[in-house]
Amino acid sequence: MTDTAVPVTTRKDWSSDQEVRWCPGCGDYSILAAVQMLLPDLGVRREDTVFVSGIGCAARFPYYMNTYGMHSIHGRAPAIATGLAVTRPDLDIWVVTGDGDALSIGGNHLIHALRRNVDITILLFNNQIYGLTKGQYSPTSEQGKVTKSTPFGSLETPFNPISLALGAEATFVARTHDMDRKHMQEIFRRAHAHRGSAFVEIYQNCNVFNDGAFERITGRDARAEHLIPLVHGEPIRFGPEAEHGVVASPDGRLRIAEVAEVGEEAILVHDEQREDPGLAFALSRLARGPFEPTPIGVFRAVDRPEYGEAMSRQLLDAAERRGPGDLEALLRSGGTWTVES
Amino acid sequence: MSTTAEHPRHQTVELDRVVIRFAGDSGDGMQLTGTQFTAASSLFGNDTATLPDFPAEIRAPAGTLAGVSAFQVHISDHDILTPGDAPSVLVAMNPAALKANIGAVTAGGILIVNVDGFDDRSLEKAGYASNPLTDGSLASYTVYEVPMTSLTMEVGKEAGVKPRDAERSKNFFALGLVSWLYSRPVEPTLEWIGKRFAADALVLDANTRAFRAGYNFGETAELFESTYQVRPAPLEPGTYTNVTGNTALAWGLIAASHRAGLGLFLGSYPITPASDILHELSKHKHFGVRTLQAEDEIAGIGAAIGAAFGGSLGVTTTSGPGIDLKAESIGLAVSLELPLVVVDIQRGGPSTGLPTKTEQSDLLHAMYGRHGESPVPIVAARTPSHCFETAMEAVRIAVTYRTPVILLSDGYLANGSEPWRLPDVAGLPAVDPAFAPAPGEGDGRAFQPYERDPETLARPWAVPGTPGLEHRIGGLEKADGSGDVSYDPVNHERMVHLRAKKVAGIAASLPPVDVDDEGGPGSAPVLVLGWGSTYGAIAAGVRRIRARGLAVAHAHLTHLNPFPPNLGEVLRAYPAVLVPEANLGQLVRLVRAEFLVDARSLTKVQGQPFRAAEIEAAILELLGVDPATTAPKEDVSS
Ligand code: SF4
Repeated sequence: MTDTAVPVTTRKDWSSDQEVRWCPGCGDYSILAAVQMLLPDLGVRREDTVFVSGIGCAARFPYYMNTYGMHSIHGRAPAIATGLAVTRPDLDIWVVTGDGDALSIGGNHLIHALRRNVDITILLFNNQIYGLTKGQYSPTSEQGKVTKSTPFGSLETPFNPISLALGAEATFVARTHDMDRKHMQEIFRRAHAHRGSAFVEIYQNCNVFNDGAFERITGRDARAEHLIPLVHGEPIRFGPEAEHGVVASPDGRLRIAEVAEVGEEAILVHDEQREDPGLAFALSRLARGPFEPTPIGVFRAVDRPEYGEAMSRQLLDAAERRGPGDLEALLRSGGTWTVES
Repeated sequence: MSTTAEHPRHQTVELDRVVIRFAGDSGDGMQLTGTQFTAASSLFGNDTATLPDFPAEIRAPAGTLAGVSAFQVHISDHDILTPGDAPSVLVAMNPAALKANIGAVTAGGILIVNVDGFDDRSLEKAGYASNPLTDGSLASYTVYEVPMTSLTMEVGKEAGVKPRDAERSKNFFALGLVSWLYSRPVEPTLEWIGKRFAADALVLDANTRAFRAGYNFGETAELFESTYQVRPAPLEPGTYTNVTGNTALAWGLIAASHRAGLGLFLGSYPITPASDILHELSKHKHFGVRTLQAEDEIAGIGAAIGAAFGGSLGVTTTSGPGIDLKAESIGLAVSLELPLVVVDIQRGGPSTGLPTKTEQSDLLHAMYGRHGESPVPIVAARTPSHCFETAMEAVRIAVTYRTPVILLSDGYLANGSEPWRLPDVAGLPAVDPAFAPAPGEGDGRAFQPYERDPETLARPWAVPGTPGLEHRIGGLEKADGSGDVSYDPVNHERMVHLRAKKVAGIAASLPPVDVDDEGGPGSAPVLVLGWGSTYGAIAAGVRRIRARGLAVAHAHLTHLNPFPPNLGEVLRAYPAVLVPEANLGQLVRLVRAEFLVDARSLTKVQGQPFRAAEIEAAILELLGVDPATTAPKEDVSS
């Protein structure tokens, strides 16, 4: 690696020569575009950037990036990225995953990567369906969902990815959606800048197997009434005239109220840096699903030692205390005796 | 056996070897006692070999057969190969320990029992209807009844330890007594106690007093007629240490990474009996060793693959069910063609099986336990110290050929120990990672991540951070050369063949298999072919056959995939081939399939290593020789 200035790049430099093979109209295209257009702005080098994915439609992402990349096995990307991140703290590592990949087969790896606070940026494309295997319900599908594998409706309570990430001790948790490039880029930029694990849920439309899953909140005309932008230090308000707001009930629950009725001072001020994730968790439960007013933006962004750095520090400390490793001494460390000739 | 009178009050009997088994409750510290007795004997200059044998439960109900923990050590004045077929001395701390082990003791052997442990309740718990110490059932043994608990508690009281705690030092009393009986020097053990318990002055004092009390008891009590002496073995000159298989394996990994100039990364999930490798490697951070105790077995290997992609030496360690869980990821590494070392410390299966008992039953799993055509090189260690060089060899193959390698060890090697003559560090092999360099200016051709070295068929190891080599790899089939995703049927067939050819081609880098045949290769009527930890028992069994004036040959494999290039030739040179394995016959299937030889199988799956006598009997049978007609010409030990 050189220490010369990062070369000026454009989207083209970050796009690989591989033909993009998602279904026409898939939300993945806009996420890919948002990332490819953002990267030239982040002051990073292509050779220092790695995309790691598991299996699923979203997992094809690395093939389309002209960076280092690994399309691995189902659910394991956070584990693989952890090994890479702790041994190569100089790299910029992104994990691209989906709701089945991250929350079903790979659930264990996701929560532990978040808990450890490994320096990776996780983009979870949530389309609430299995696309690549042609339309089975996923761990984020709503209860009652009729799919090929649930002809009489799914019986399962879905995961709320934001709640899950907060429960897993994530230090950066955010949500965005595939219909708003500016918002995606703003969130990705912040996630990328975060030291430690950054978790971003992206509402993504699968127009083939679950079309319109988020339409009621992300549709152009629906957004103002149904997306609640979270802005650090600002009262949580939404609506065309910012006439609605989030207030805390006396019993601690959050609810939506009319600003005119409760007064501006009653509106909750968003604080993404609160040590206690309780309020962020309550915000993540505000909507029961993507059909009623739903917060988007950064739920939580706090500082906690990054795992790889902490590990490197232990190595440095050990080397300082004991000197660099000496093989000869290692082999003799259990006590020796000599047999004379 | 000669008798000398070196000892003031007791005569000293010279022995060429002795096999001692320490047995007690799992909480009694028998493993510690045995390990230290071994260390003192090694320091004294004996050759040693050990067999720890403990239950899977951390603390099974005290006093029951299920809770018995034992440690067998063989010490000798000549080079030995096994921990001994049968102990001639048993130290039993309670009735359960006696009952569980008496069957193994040689006729006329010595029993040293903690008589305080033989109360009615303990006898009942062990399932004794009457007290074996008084009912005459032990008449064929020499029994020494020693009140170990009460004597230990007495000295504990002097040290100011609470009675409850004082009792816990009784294993040191036993250690002291046996150290006296076998004329072991006391200083190394006192020194070791001092270091080991430095953190707690009271415990240190109690243990030291108990050890001395045991030693002095032997000296002063009019119980023992003689002490025994096992003189140092004429070992090859050099500096020695005593090492277990797991420690040697961990050191081999460190040495290999050091010599290759690669950072070592271990991703591992705790599992018996592999965890000690994780523990050992976690201690050596000043060597740049990074260890991750992963959330599960899959994450352990996944993280190791990630580290390998980044240019580190990625390693994962496991056992039993853990290797099942890693199968999918090993397949990924086969497809990615990245260096990776997968260490499997085999234990009894299927499923949870026998976690603390040894077995060799994962060979076919290592060979075939993945979907698709997924060839993986396999190496196996044969003795505890051999784990060191086997680890280095696994790294050599992984790095040179850009492939996952499975290293097979087992519970017996992992926990067993032996003296190891330290190698010359500067002479250890060094493998060159040969990372792909950044392309030069005007080097127009696009980087080909699956272009192969014409000799090894290895692909480039192009690590992130190298400008100009940006590329994507994955589990989908690759186009030959470019590494792009390819569903082309002909390309797939080519890639399947290429991967198989690459692994088969490793044989070209292997030394021919060594055959131990006194009359020259092909001269004996029977060849015993082994792999892994059966080495000691086979070599000892072969010695016994030769002591009968009969000829037999022995070859032992370190490389199981691919086999050494001359193996077929070797096998065909013998009229009969015997393959002893601690499984139902796995290597024998491979060699029969590969070489069309009528190799016979000898199997044992009792969670215990083979005994030399069992190998001897099987060879005699194959030779058609009646054991009674050819008594050994000399007394041979294993
Ligand atoms: S199946 Fe759905 S998620 Fe997958 S590519 Fe097609 S539209 Fe996109």
